[in-house]
Amino acid sequence: MTEFTPFTALIGGLTIGFSALLLILLNGKIAGISGIFAQVFSKYPITLSWQVFFILGLIIGPLLVMPFGFSLPQQIDLSWPAIITGGFLVGFGSRYGSGCTSGHGICGIGRFSKRSIVATIIFMSSAIITVYLIRHIFGA
Amino acid sequence: MTLPNDTSINKLVALICGLIFGAGLTVAQMVDPQKVINFLDIFGQWDASLAFVMGGGLIIYILGYHLLVRRMTKPIACNTFDLPSNKKVDNKLTIGAAIFGIGWGVAGICPGPALANLSLGNEKILVFILIMFVGMFVAKKVN
Repeated sequence: MTEFTPFTALIGGLTIGFSALLLILLNGKIAGISGIFAQVFSKYPITLSWQVFFILGLIIGPLLVMPFGFSLPQQIDLSWPAIITGGFLVGFGSRYGSGCTSGHGICGIGRFSKRSIVATIIFMSSAIITVYLIRHIFGA
Repeated sequence: MTLPNDTSINKLVALICGLIFGAGLTVAQMVDPQKVINFLDIFGQWDASLAFVMGGGLIIYILGYHLLVRRMTKPIACNTFDLPSNKKVDNKLTIGAAIFGIGWGVAGICPGPALANLSLGNEKILVFILIMFVGMFVAKKVN
């Protein structure tokens, strides 16, 4: 059970939206994390592209709000099979479906893209069904 | 080689955007897999908090995109908007999204929060990112 935290969730959401908006307003790019991450490794040798800098910021970003009492989870309460299956499906699905929560869910829906609206409805549904099956049918 | 859309300014902008994005994910607690799974558990002890993350993100992006970006001929710091050109809802999109959702439901981690969690050096996060990368690689191969 986690606590209902609408206020910090809204502030966090506004912050994420602001970041994505800034990226398209200034650089003309979509803030889709799976795409940005994949593009870092799309050519070898890896160059110091804007994608590398975005990912670097993403990794350091949490440290900036730690002095204000926000934190990363100290412990990941997931089984190894969940980490491995989840990791593979998230990686495969986000690229095969051309986007994840950020690219489709915020930037795509934000542009009223039909593809992103459909993708978001599908991945929200399949995620909800998956959690239902794992928690309430198989009781894991 | 410096591409016209990948200058030092563009890199600085990307770094700042990444910092803000990572900070936002942390404030929103979307970096916590249990929080995410409890949000997806609408038939259990539902924690609806993360709906406010998407709501907040969308308010800003919808307003900014439609009131500002759409009226601009080019971005402020480079020459062209780099937007997806594909408009068709095809099998790849729907199958990929369905698979992504299953993975998200299993682990409660999507790509942004996975990377945002990297600074702690948690071994489970490291493995998740590594396997996620393998998944992306396989998706590119089947493409």
